[in-house]
Amino acid sequence: MRIVLRVWRQKNAEAPGAMTTYEVDGVSPDMSFLEMLDTLNERLTLEGEEPVAFDHDCREGICGACSLVINGEAHGPERTTSCQLHMRSFRDGDVIDVEPWRAAAFPVVRDLVVDRSAFDRIIQAGGYISVPTGAAPEAHATPVPKAAADLAFEHAECIGCGACVAACPNGSAMLFTSAKVNHLGVLPQGAPERETRVLDMVAQMDAEGFGGCTLTGACATACPKSIPLMSITAMNKEWLRATRKVPRG
Amino acid sequence: MSTPTVCAMALATRTDRRPSTARTLWDSTVGKKTIMAVSGLFMLLYLLVHMFGNLKIFFGPGQFNGYAHWLRTVGEPFLHYEWALWIIRVVLVASVVAHGVCAYQLSRRDLRARPVGYAHRPARSGYATRTMRWGGVILGLFVVWHLLDLTTGTVHSGGFQPGHPYQNVVDTFSTWYGDVIYIVAVLALGMHVRHGLWSAAQTLGAGSVTRDRFLKITANALALVLAAGFIAVPVGVMSGIVS
Repeated sequence: MRIVLRVWRQKNAEAPGAMTTYEVDGVSPDMSFLEMLDTLNERLTLEGEEPVAFDHDCREGICGACSLVINGEAHGPERTTSCQLHMRSFRDGDVIDVEPWRAAAFPVVRDLVVDRSAFDRIIQAGGYISVPTGAAPEAHATPVPKAAADLAFEHAECIGCGACVAACPNGSAMLFTSAKVNHLGVLPQGAPERETRVLDMVAQMDAEGFGGCTLTGACATACPKSIPLMSITAMNKEWLRATRKVPRG
Repeated sequence: MSTPTVCAMALATRTDRRPSTARTLWDSTVGKKTIMAVSGLFMLLYLLVHMFGNLKIFFGPGQFNGYAHWLRTVGEPFLHYEWALWIIRVVLVASVVAHGVCAYQLSRRDLRARPVGYAHRPARSGYATRTMRWGGVILGLFVVWHLLDLTTGTVHSGGFQPGHPYQNVVDTFSTWYGDVIYIVAVLALGMHVRHGLWSAAQTLGAGSVTRDRFLKITANALALVLAAGFIAVPVGVMSGIVS
């Protein structure tokens, strides 16, 4: 396969960026999208050019590092991560646009790499549970109802890649935040901070400069882990409950 | 034995006084959406009553003008003449202002959240969803025209007669532009309600997987009923059923 790539190149956070065109020959349909980029980078390196910087780690769809907007879709045309997208999803001669996540809260570090520390700070604001440290607790000390365990797991699948923010027309982080809030909120272990967690995480989300939710559903469509849009509804409910219940003063 | 070192990864636990509920609502994107949902539901409730009341025009000038007069005397003797009407007006103005201010502030924020757009334009959402902002602006402008036309009579086409709404309505819908403005606005309203009502349910946490179908059907049905009910009046005038 021969692919024409139009890739966002940007030297650093301050420098202006632009789409740059590259032709990649000899692409196998079995290559992953990132392997195709590796092929391009190998050539660029040999030619003495700077390779295209992009985030990647596990390359098996579980770490959430890869973050490419491919032809205007976060993680590209398949409902998976960029690393699990294969070139068989494209045709010989295709022109493919590759861009970084676009959000004020995710500044570009270089080329296709963005700084997603904003997500870390949302987690730090309340995405934890208070547990006594020390020896592992007895597994049956806190019974977890099956339904709660399933719901928590559904939300725990979020890998924090940020595709929801990239896909949202408002650059909103509601789906990410709601996945974390619901994951911990439905478990008995998460109950002590149930109210403060949602209030603090939403406040941090707002402070980071993410947009608001207009329920377009673009986030849930792009999510490689199928976090449902109803997760946002559930967080709204939690947030409203917390505004009534949280102790003041 | 030495004391185990605690590695503080998280931010310091918040010990400061939490702001009031009103402050929390106003300062949060989720809170502002809540204000929009509640104010939107107030306006929707009013529109339903308004639409049903309008249909009395098909029973002749006596019935319609009588209904309009009743709106001023409702609640008597507990309420003074027109008090009920003014209470409703105050609630509606407060709703419109709250809805509009929140929408404006949230929209500004949403635009700031993506300063650099995508070179490859992403797929667009549904028509009703992506026209909420401009549709809302159109509705706001329409309300101004509608009040100047049929409440104050400032921009009314014929000779405006206070206390004779039947004739005033017939006058307005006897002009082509009166029909066009009204029908366009009502279609915009239908679109706004279609996405707005379902969204309000999500914002207020009333949605769920099992209830989603019901909520979508309700929002669409209500949008359709509202639009059809309102459009029936100009269509009635244009077709000569109401004259």
